[in-house]
Amino acid sequence: MKLLTAIIKPHKLDDVKSALESYGVQGLTISEASGYGRQRGHTEVYRGAEYTVDMVPKVRVEVLVDDVDIHDVVEVVVKSAQTGRIGDGKVWTQSVEDVVRVRTGEHGPDAL
Amino acid sequence: MDTGDTAWILTSASFVLLMTPGLALFYGGMVRAKSVLNMMMMSFGALGLIGVLWVLYGYSMAFGNDVGGGLLGDPFEYLGLSGLLGEDNLSGTLPGMAFVGFQAAFAILAVALISGAIADRAKFGAWMVFAGVWATIVYFPVAHWVFAFDNDDAGVVGGWIANGIEAIDFAGGTAIHINAGAAALALVLVLGNRKGFGREPMRPHNLPLVMLGAGLLWFGWFGFNAGSAVASGNTAAVAWVNTLVATSAAILGWLLTERFRDGHATSLGAASGAVAGLVAITPACAAVSPVGAIVIGVLAGVLCALAVGLKYKLGYDDSLDVVGVHLVGGLWGTIAVGFLATADAPNGVDGLLYGGGVDQLWRQVVGAVAVLVFSFVVTWVIGLVIQKTMGFRLDEEDEAAGIDQVEHAESGYDWGTLGGGHLGGGTRPAPRHTTATPGATSEVSA
Repeated sequence: MKLLTAIIKPHKLDDVKSALESYGVQGLTISEASGYGRQRGHTEVYRGAEYTVDMVPKVRVEVLVDDVDIHDVVEVVVKSAQTGRIGDGKVWTQSVEDVVRVRTGEHGPDAL
Repeated sequence: MDTGDTAWILTSASFVLLMTPGLALFYGGMVRAKSVLNMMMMSFGALGLIGVLWVLYGYSMAFGNDVGGGLLGDPFEYLGLSGLLGEDNLSGTLPGMAFVGFQAAFAILAVALISGAIADRAKFGAWMVFAGVWATIVYFPVAHWVFAFDNDDAGVVGGWIANGIEAIDFAGGTAIHINAGAAALALVLVLGNRKGFGREPMRPHNLPLVMLGAGLLWFGWFGFNAGSAVASGNTAAVAWVNTLVATSAAILGWLLTERFRDGHATSLGAASGAVAGLVAITPACAAVSPVGAIVIGVLAGVLCALAVGLKYKLGYDDSLDVVGVHLVGGLWGTIAVGFLATADAPNGVDGLLYGGGVDQLWRQVVGAVAVLVFSFVVTWVIGLVIQKTMGFRLDEEDEAAGIDQVEHAESGYDWGTLGGGHLGGGTRPAPRHTTATPGATSEVSA
């Protein structure tokens, strides 16, 4: 099994969510995040004093996926999150040793 | 007694009282989230303390018969407002009590204004002591200088600026704004800068609160200025219109300055411009024409927008720009009367630009400088004494943790459910069962 983590623009969340749903992904977890990449932050001015805000608000999406699906799911997320402009975010994957469904105690791919 | 006048002044007094909670919002939104409550509490502390002091002896010190030289009213004449309860105690066409109430709201606001300069770092108890002492030896006397007029028929002698110098300060450009602004500067010098000033971002945490506060201040200011006619009639109406249009013009002046200097017109700029215009028109609202008011307003917006940047160059942490807005705006408005006053307006005096020469101008300058110097010096001494005795400035660590938690044991906002709190004081309560030994269970469950 794999864990896919995507850092995306907050306004692309709905697109990513519906794209994953149509692919057949059963669930996902999101959290609010902030950070910066090449986009860097932005500048604000209060009574003439400039402040550089480094961190830009982002959404982190986490999805657990069976090994056979992972390449497709990465494609789905990248495609649906893309605007083509700077600040679109990153997607990465990593291996997961085990997954347990808390309600039933099922292990492995059955728990996805 | 005139019932129309009485109704207007009691209404105005209520307007002016609302300015202090409005100021609390205006200031509260501008500080960081960890000190919003302390910022607002400095205003509410003034509402508590100064309201009581005003009734006990403040009114008497400001409006009692002069004790000599136009410097101070007799503190004992109306001690506890004695002798002012009866029907026959009139102040002009008003019941004496209506005037007492109206002026009480001014005294409270003047004290609260200072607090913005020392945001995030003043012990609350020390602030309260300061507020009481400052009102007593700075504000009450200065209100007497500026607001207490002679009444020859009644044999009442008033203050030296109102009657000797004859400076025009219709609603408190000197007595309130220059006074509070100079005091703010002195306190910044005594307390020093916030930790991280000029390096860390200290952004306003809630600009909608600032906008709401500015709106309430503007609303209340109609009572402040138009109410200072102490009557319901033409003078009040002129002051009202000037208060409207100068403020409007000041918003434009501040926003244009920002647009050209920084590239954006900001909401904080609009709110600040409004307050700068209100401050500047305060002394002048019955002395100038509406066109004169526009000139005062636009320039107030420009001047104050430029002035607030100076603190970074000079290195003084006047946190919420009390000096840049109230001292600068108050000085400009007071001196502008000397240029822009017109005899057509209710005050009936021509300024330099209306052919009146420099006669009114020097009176304005003397009044402004006198209040500035007196307030700055005395405030500096008061601040220093408090700092050396009980301590004025918060500990460094407490300041970093946030003054709301340290001084008030509260947080302005609930940030979520992950804090893991429980009801009751002290440390976490013992688990009910794990520590229970046989025989002790009844004590645990009790």
